[in-house]
Formats: sequence, C-alpha cells, structure tokens
Amino acid sequence: MFSSTKFNFIIPIISVVLGLVAGAIIMLIFGYNPILGYQALWNGVFDSGFFMSETVNRITPYILTGLAIAFAFRTGLFNIGAEGQVLVGWIASVWVGTAIDAPTILHLPLALLAAGAAGAFWAFIPGILKAKLGVHEVIVSIMMNYVALHLTNYLIRDVMTDNSESTEQVKQTASLTNDFLIGLTGSRLHLGFIVALFMVIVMWVILERTKLGYELKAVGYNQHASNYAGMKVGRNIVISMVISGLFAGLAGAMQGLGSFGTAFTNTAFSNLGFDGIAVALLGGNNPFGVILSASLFGFLKVGALNMSTAGVPNEIIEIVIALIILFVASGFIIRWALLQLKKGERK
Amino acid sequence: MENYVIEMLNIRKEFPGIVANDNITLQVKKGEIHALLGENGAGKSTLMNVLFGLYQPEKGEIRVDGKQVAINDPNVANRLGIGMVHQHFMLIDTFTVAQNIVLGSEPKKGLKIDMKKAVREVQELSDRYGLQVDATAKISDISVGMQQRVEILKTLYRGANVVILDEPTAVLTPQEIKELIVILRTLVKEGKSIILITHKLKEIMEVCDRCTVIRKGQGIGTVEVSETNPNDLASLMVGREIHFSTDKKAAEPKETILSIEGLTVQDSRHVDMVKALNLNIRAGEIVGIAGVDGNGQTELIEAITGLRKKSAGKVTLKNQDITNMPVRAITESGVGHIPQDRHKLGLVLDFSVGENIVLQTYYQKPYSKGGILSFKRIFDKAKALIEEYDVRTPSHLTKARALSGGNQQKAIIGREIDRNPDLLIAAQPTRGLDVGAIEFIHKRLIEQRDQGKAVLLVSFELDEILNVSDRIAVMFDGKIIATVDPKETNEQELGLLMAGSKLEKEGAQN
Repeated sequence: MFSSTKFNFIIPIISVVLGLVAGAIIMLIFGYNPILGYQALWNGVFDSGFFMSETVNRITPYILTGLAIAFAFRTGLFNIGAEGQVLVGWIASVWVGTAIDAPTILHLPLALLAAGAAGAFWAFIPGILKAKLGVHEVIVSIMMNYVALHLTNYLIRDVMTDNSESTEQVKQTASLTNDFLIGLTGSRLHLGFIVALFMVIVMWVILERTKLGYELKAVGYNQHASNYAGMKVGRNIVISMVISGLFAGLAGAMQGLGSFGTAFTNTAFSNLGFDGIAVALLGGNNPFGVILSASLFGFLKVGALNMSTAGVPNEIIEIVIALIILFVASGFIIRWALLQLKKGERK
Repeated sequence: MENYVIEMLNIRKEFPGIVANDNITLQVKKGEIHALLGENGAGKSTLMNVLFGLYQPEKGEIRVDGKQVAINDPNVANRLGIGMVHQHFMLIDTFTVAQNIVLGSEPKKGLKIDMKKAVREVQELSDRYGLQVDATAKISDISVGMQQRVEILKTLYRGANVVILDEPTAVLTPQEIKELIVILRTLVKEGKSIILITHKLKEIMEVCDRCTVIRKGQGIGTVEVSETNPNDLASLMVGREIHFSTDKKAAEPKETILSIEGLTVQDSRHVDMVKALNLNIRAGEIVGIAGVDGNGQTELIEAITGLRKKSAGKVTLKNQDITNMPVRAITESGVGHIPQDRHKLGLVLDFSVGENIVLQTYYQKPYSKGGILSFKRIFDKAKALIEEYDVRTPSHLTKARALSGGNQQKAIIGREIDRNPDLLIAAQPTRGLDVGAIEFIHKRLIEQRDQGKAVLLVSFELDEILNVSDRIAVMFDGKIIATVDPKETNEQELGLLMAGSKLEKEGAQN
C-alpha cells in the first residue's frame, strides 16, 4: 500500500511522463517526428550555457509565483490574484531602482522590499474584504488583476516616462545582474535565483516551524475550531494573503531588477501568476516540490523555442503542459490505477 | 450443519501500524438479525467493509450460502446479494427518492431512463416492506429517518438478501428508532438477513437474535441474545465489569466559581435563545443542565466561553468579570471547554493528534518560544496525554480525522483537563460513544469535581444527567425553570420539567 506522501510524489512524476507521451502521440498524428522534437527541446536548453542561464531566469519567477499560490492554498485560500501582484511588484521594484540613488547594499534590498510590499498590499485588499465582509477572494483578486494591468500601464506611460512604452533601465546599484555571472555565461543570468531559493526556505519555516504557520493552517482547515482556540480568524486570513502577495511581488522584482532591468507596458497579462497555479499544483503545494515543478516549466518553455528547428511548432509544448496539469488534476485516476496494479501483483 | 447465509472465517485485516481485525469469525443465519457489537474503534466497520468489498483481508475466507467467494469490490458484494447502509448516507439531495435508488442500475427505454418504471418499481418495493417512502419526493425534503429508509430500499432494489446497517440509530429520534425496528422485523419476515453494527446494548436486547462481539480487533465470540443480559454484553465488549451507575461520594461544594446574572443571548437569527438566565456553580460540584435540544443550551455555553455575543447580563468567574472578554482571555482565565460538536469546534481534523493536543496552548511556552514551535515539547506532551487518557491512535502523528469518535473525544478531554481549569464545561461529552468510553469520561468529570473544580455538564441524555450531576438545573425556553437534587427526582419528573411544567414543591429559581 502506498502512503499519501508517496502518492504526492509519484502522481506528479507519472503525470509528467504521461504528458510527454501524449505530446509525442500528438506530434506523430500531425506528421512530426517526436524524437527529433524532444531532442530539439532538450538541446534548446542544454546545448549552450546561454540557454541554460535563460532557463534559470525563467525558473526563478515561477518558483516565487508557485510559492505564492501554494502558500495561499495551504492556508485555505485561492490567490488567483498573483498575476496582478507580480505586475505591481515589478513596477515598484523598477520605480525604486530608477528613482533612488543609494549604494547596492541599501538600494537592492530596498527595491526588493518595495516589490514585496506592493504585492503584499495588492493581496491585502482581497484579504481584508474576505475577512471583514466575507467577499470571496477569487472574485476580488481577479478584478485586482485588471486594475494592476491598467494601472501599471498608466504609470509607465504617464508618470514614470513621457508617453514611452518602457521605463529607463534600473540603476546598477539596484540590479540583480552580476558581472561575474554575465561573463561566465554571456547571458542575462542574474542573482534572483538566490532570492527565490531563500524564499522557499522562508515558506517552509513559516508553515512547518512557526506559531504563525500553525495558526494560518488551522484557520485554513477549520475556522470554527480556530475561533474556539481563540485565534483571530479574520486577521489570519489577511496575513496569509499578504504573505502570498509578497512572494508574488518578489516574482515581479525578478523581472524588473533581473531579466529585463526595466518595466514596460503590457497589452495582456504576463501569465507568470497564472502559470504559478499550475506550478503549485504540480509541486503538491510543497515549497520544495515547487522548485522541481518550476524547473520543469522553465525548461519546457525555454526549450520549446528551439523546437521549430526540428520543424515542430513550439505551441506543442503548451499542449504538453496543459496535459500534465490535466493528469495531475485527475490524480485520483492514477492513484486508482496504481492500486489496481498493486492488487494484480499480489494475486 | 447449520445453514449460514454469510460466513466470515478467521478474518485478518491490517493497516500500516495497526491490526484492525485479527482472527474474527462472523456467521449469520438466514432470516436472523445479527448484532455486531464492539467499542468505537474495535474494528466493526473494518470487518463490514471487508464483507462489502471495500477492503481485502490479509487472511481468512468469506462464504456466501456456503460457497467460498472473493469479494474484491462493492459490485461483487451487490451481485452476491449483500447491501450496506452506511452511517453517513450516500444520497444526492437534489434527486428524488426513485432517482437515487435506481442510480447506477437505471431501467432504460432505448437510450432514455424509464423514470416511470423506476418510480413504479421503487413504490412497489416500499409498499411490500412497509417502508412508506414516497418515490417522487426529493431527498432534501424528507426527514433523516426517511432518508435511511431510502438507503435500505437502495440495497433491496439491487437484490440484497443480507442488509448491513452501520450504527443505524445514531441519527434517529426515539420515535424513528421504533419505526426502524418494525421495518427490520418485516425484512426478516420476508426472508432477508440483517447485520446490525451497534454499540447500543438496549437495541441489541430488543431486536437481535444473536450477537457477535469484537474487542480491540479480536473476535470474542457469538452469543444468543435470549441467553444474555446487557451487563454481560458490556463486559464482553470492553473486557471488564462495567458500572452503569457511576460511583461517587457526596459533593462538597465550596466557593462560587461561575456566576451568571441576567444573561440574555441571541442566536444568529437575532432571536433571544437565553433569556435573563441566572446560574451559579460552585467549586467541587457538577451542575447538570437538563433540557430538550434547542432550549438555549448551545447558546448559553457559547456565550460563557466568548464564542457568542451576549446582549445583556454579566458572567463572573472567580470574582473576575469575563462578560466581554475575547475567547482566548476567557480560556486563559480558567475555563476548559469540551464542545458539543467535536468535529466542528473541538478538533482540526486535518492536523495530527499531537498538533490538536496543543490547540489551546500552542502559543505558550514551552511549545512556542519567540514564535518558533518546539515540536519536541509538543509531541512529548501529546504522547503523555495519549497515554494518560488512553487515546487509541497508531501514533501522535496520525491525523485526528483517522481516529474513532471516542478516541477523538478522549484527546479533547485530555487537552482541556490538562490545562487545569477552574471551570470545566462539558457539552454532550458522551454523544455517540460506547459504554466503555462513557464510563471513562464520567469518571474524569467526577475526578475533576473531587479536585475542587466546578463542572458544568450539558446533556440531552437523562441517564447521564441523573448519574453524574450533583445538582440539576432544568432549562426550558432559555431559562432555568427549576433546580432539583438528582437523589430526589426521577426521569418522569425531569421529563415533565423539560417539557415546561412548573415544579410544585419548590419555587423555580427565577
């Protein structure tokens, strides 16, 4: 018999394999060679230091948005507003990065802090509305996503610049880029992954080792019992949203201070926040699981760019990702199949 | 050779870390009502789930009508004529009775479900067994007792010869229980056999022919009900003598601990449920609140513990005004609360037993220092309480959800008593528990009283109130309408008081 922890690990792995197999079948049906396709995918990441670095840059914000969603899930909330929190975090980090002069030791932390605070504030609004008025956080945070998209566009065009589509580059003192890393890989590889990995540990410690995490989880599982135990249910809901928003805001800083070094107007969402939902789901809402699933997503997204060299449209990877999520979401079927196999063996 | 319709021989079922069934034999004769008796967590449900194909046994064999069978899923059980009525009904609220019953084996007319035929068949079955179910009624519109009959019909519709009922009376009113007993007798007359999972001795004595007892996963034996009595059954079930009336010495009440003056409390619909209520509880006494459910008992307790707002009145604990304190401050000032609904209030079911043990103290030293939890200290405490209060769990890391009701309750009681409160509130502390656990809990309550604590017991069970209390306050329509001495009253008098009639010999308290 499998224990549930084992299932949490096995089901995502099987889902990934099934997703890739299904992708291969789809390629076959449409007359592409799946072996060449996947080879191109692999080479697209591992052939050069440059693309490996690009992949790391891609993974970094995925880890943070994955953490944001996973943290909210673990405490009984669905923060679908991570997308908007990324955007406000992004622009806040760039604003501090361009408007202030300070030595790196102050400037960079300040810019990161601004991003976290902006994301946290953006999540605070749905949090407080849920706590005080019982409004569902999903509704409010979806609306907050649109507010963030248009607000940041306005700020870039009309406040931070004079009708330009992009801000100036953040000052070197606030940048996550590092000359040594750039020299090593010739890429835009930046130090953000250290921030992301650090936040993984932060999330784990909060949830598994602190009084706060105990309360947040208790409120997530059972509000009545939490109330009985004297916890302040509403306050905990707000704190949980704020911490989740902080993670998402930092994901924005990874883009603003790292990969791009600037903020630009968007006509559509970045999808970092929405993809974070899939990352969290595939990672079993576990902070370390999120590292693995974010890595897979980063790898697939960057590698896909190279698939056209094998004549395979890179949209196929979007289908593969969608299928993986579908398999994870229907994990109970995999669980059932595994148990049937196990039964068969015993006979 | 006897003619058995079901035989389960030497069944063994293991779960990780625990042997749920060990060498249990159950033989059911055709046309009998066979009781399966055991404490909470003894392994009754596991055994029935084995029979119903939900679990596979590690050892042992199952025979149906003398033929050995392998039941590896519930469909096989259905085909063999075994039907099960679970404790928690598996019905779709928005469907009609007939729709629920035919679900999965619908009569078809071409591609369409032949609903007319379904209704007709269901109605015929219902009439034949005297179930009085309306096949076209919606599940959400019918009573719990009716829903249970729908579950019984479901098994009959699928051709069950043997119907397993898991704790069928737990959710029923006394009147519904009487009706159920009539139904069971009709079923047997029509040639069906019934397995009744229960820990209620009264019911076994009343309806069952034979009774198989299991204890801590072991098969103890099968007895003829006509040749036994409740005391013997209870001893078989728990493995020692059981005292139905609790021994205790006379109370020695001392200073007043809890004083309630003119307390008025509204429910969520803003209706006054507690009306200008006065009550004092002194150290070293157990005050039992007797009353029919819904006369304000729940609101009273929620108001004392701070879970519900008070619209008027004053609550004093040891000369300290706790009327408007938040929940935690009241808890810390010396109130222990064993809540009525242990799943909703008493436990975080998805937390481990260990985490639940510190639900009221997790933020205090030594469990939390500077905001960081010490799981070593938490689990040390949990292990100690699990041992002291005989909480049967594979480990302190097991989720509270996985424990039986009795063991969940023991964990809560251990947690609340261990904080050494001056006032212990126990709301329906033994609801749904077996005699062994009830005896254990009553002893603990009396022990607290003997240590000079004030105990407030709320119960709808008159036996419990009469046995345990030193003073009985009868609550009716939000007020205490009489206070009586348990030694000078009886069930009849209490029953009348609970229905609202005034006491003649002594003026009501307010």
